[in-house]
Amino acid sequence: MSDLRELYQEVILHHNKSPRNFGTLEDANRRADGHNPLCGDRLSLGLKVVDGRIEDVRFSGSGCAISKASASLMTEAVKGRKAEEADALFHRFHELLTGPPDVKVDGKELGKLAVFAGVREFPVRVKCATLAWHTLEAALAGGETASTETP
Amino acid sequence: MTAAATLPRPLDVASIRGDFPILSRKVHGRDLVYLDSANTSQKPTAVLDAMDRYYRQSNANIHRATHLLSEEATRAYEGARETARRFVNARSTREIVFVRGTTEAINLVASGFTWKHVKEGDEILVSGLEHHSNIVPWQILCERTGAALRVIPIDDAGDLILEEAERLISPRTRLVAVSHVSNALGTINPVREIIRLAHAQGVPVLVDGAQAAPHLAIDVQDLDADFYAFSGHKMCGPTGIGVLYGKEAWLEKLPPYQGGGDMIASVTFEKTTYNALPYRFEAGTANIAGGVGLAAAMDYLLGVGLDRIAAHEHELLVYGTERLQAISGVRLVGTARQKAGVLSFLLGDVHPHDIGTVLDQEGIAIRTGQHCAQPVMDRYGIGATARASFALYNTREDIDALVRGLAKVQELFS
Repeated sequence: MSDLRELYQEVILHHNKSPRNFGTLEDANRRADGHNPLCGDRLSLGLKVVDGRIEDVRFSGSGCAISKASASLMTEAVKGRKAEEADALFHRFHELLTGPPDVKVDGKELGKLAVFAGVREFPVRVKCATLAWHTLEAALAGGETASTETP
Repeated sequence: MTAAATLPRPLDVASIRGDFPILSRKVHGRDLVYLDSANTSQKPTAVLDAMDRYYRQSNANIHRATHLLSEEATRAYEGARETARRFVNARSTREIVFVRGTTEAINLVASGFTWKHVKEGDEILVSGLEHHSNIVPWQILCERTGAALRVIPIDDAGDLILEEAERLISPRTRLVAVSHVSNALGTINPVREIIRLAHAQGVPVLVDGAQAAPHLAIDVQDLDADFYAFSGHKMCGPTGIGVLYGKEAWLEKLPPYQGGGDMIASVTFEKTTYNALPYRFEAGTANIAGGVGLAAAMDYLLGVGLDRIAAHEHELLVYGTERLQAISGVRLVGTARQKAGVLSFLLGDVHPHDIGTVLDQEGIAIRTGQHCAQPVMDRYGIGATARASFALYNTREDIDALVRGLAKVQELFS
């Protein structure tokens, strides 16, 4: 179970059970839907962006523990940030998930998102962890859909 | 499924397992428990050796050269066609077209029907249980011809509603395309009955037999199927080879699928004459080693006996159904009257993907997701299921391991 505990950290299990910012954002001015066709996960994201800053964000949908916890923790991480800051955070988050094992990623900048470090050992689950972020990118870029298969 | 009536001799599963080298490997330090045969099956030594022997001893191109190796290779490939004919009890090897797999077989028929036989206002009838490969080729046909796709609905258990099939088959129907066994739920469809209903209206039927071939004895004459498609890799054979059975009269009516070498009788820049059946549908150098491997797989299954395999898998299905239903929080999806060895299920609110990851750490391989059958998932209002599927080499111990694995899933996600 030790590898599994690396993947399914307590924080992840907790956010899976009680996701933050879950639901529909009524006054959203940016929206996008994310889809992972490999496992059928679907996610809808609503953002309220004012002067380039993400003032509010909510998500809904269904997915595995990794994708749901990732969406939940993402909403906490990007709320109040500028769009470019969110982009930069996704970049570092992606490095955390896919980088070579010997390259350490600075966990300080990632904050709570560092709990996904264990995903690196489970390559098939990387897309679960990034679905919400791809959807965020699509929403910020003014798109409507994001798929893990067309990044 | 007539096991009880005839009581075939039980399988010596320990000996069968010895025929499959991969079953003795470890996964994450555990003994492999392979419960994903509906996805692809494992291969016995007989298949691996036949392909190895072919490449080492007889490799050459077929149907064209005058040398001994080519003669041997041709004999091996055409021998494989005869084995496939025997396997499905076709009248003639002219009715056995080698293809890449079930998907290509269906696309071949759909492409032929696009150019002939179908026009605007016509209908193609499929069932609500189909794999994407028996939906999308028909949607492409509909796009190109202006025909409409109709769907025979299923009930809550996962059984086709036969009265609806009867109602939906009309003078506009050009073809009924239906699976023999559902990959997502395991339902064994009443294909003989559907074929009878369709034929009463003069409508041909294509049967997707991908999930039936490894588990049930197939007799295309007895079924009176017009087309029957299946894949080698799901029946202990290699990937990249499969069979399209077609009644000679139907294959004669279909235009060629792909152009190239081997499918022609003569070529000039002015006019090309196509080859005889089945070669007209086999352009280019064939997957010769694949054919050889597939024949070895068919011989292997026939040697064990499809009736015995069906009885063994049915016994596992009954045992597995009982064990899973005894777990609090398990919901079986698909409880049709007649089922092959497939258990599709949900476990509380744990996502199937997470179930799959936890089981994998225990060495247990299952499939999770939509099973290339999104409409089936939509029918039940679910995004995905976990699916354990059986083959002749599975045991009660495999199911016990699955049950123990599910306990670990519950422990982690409690």
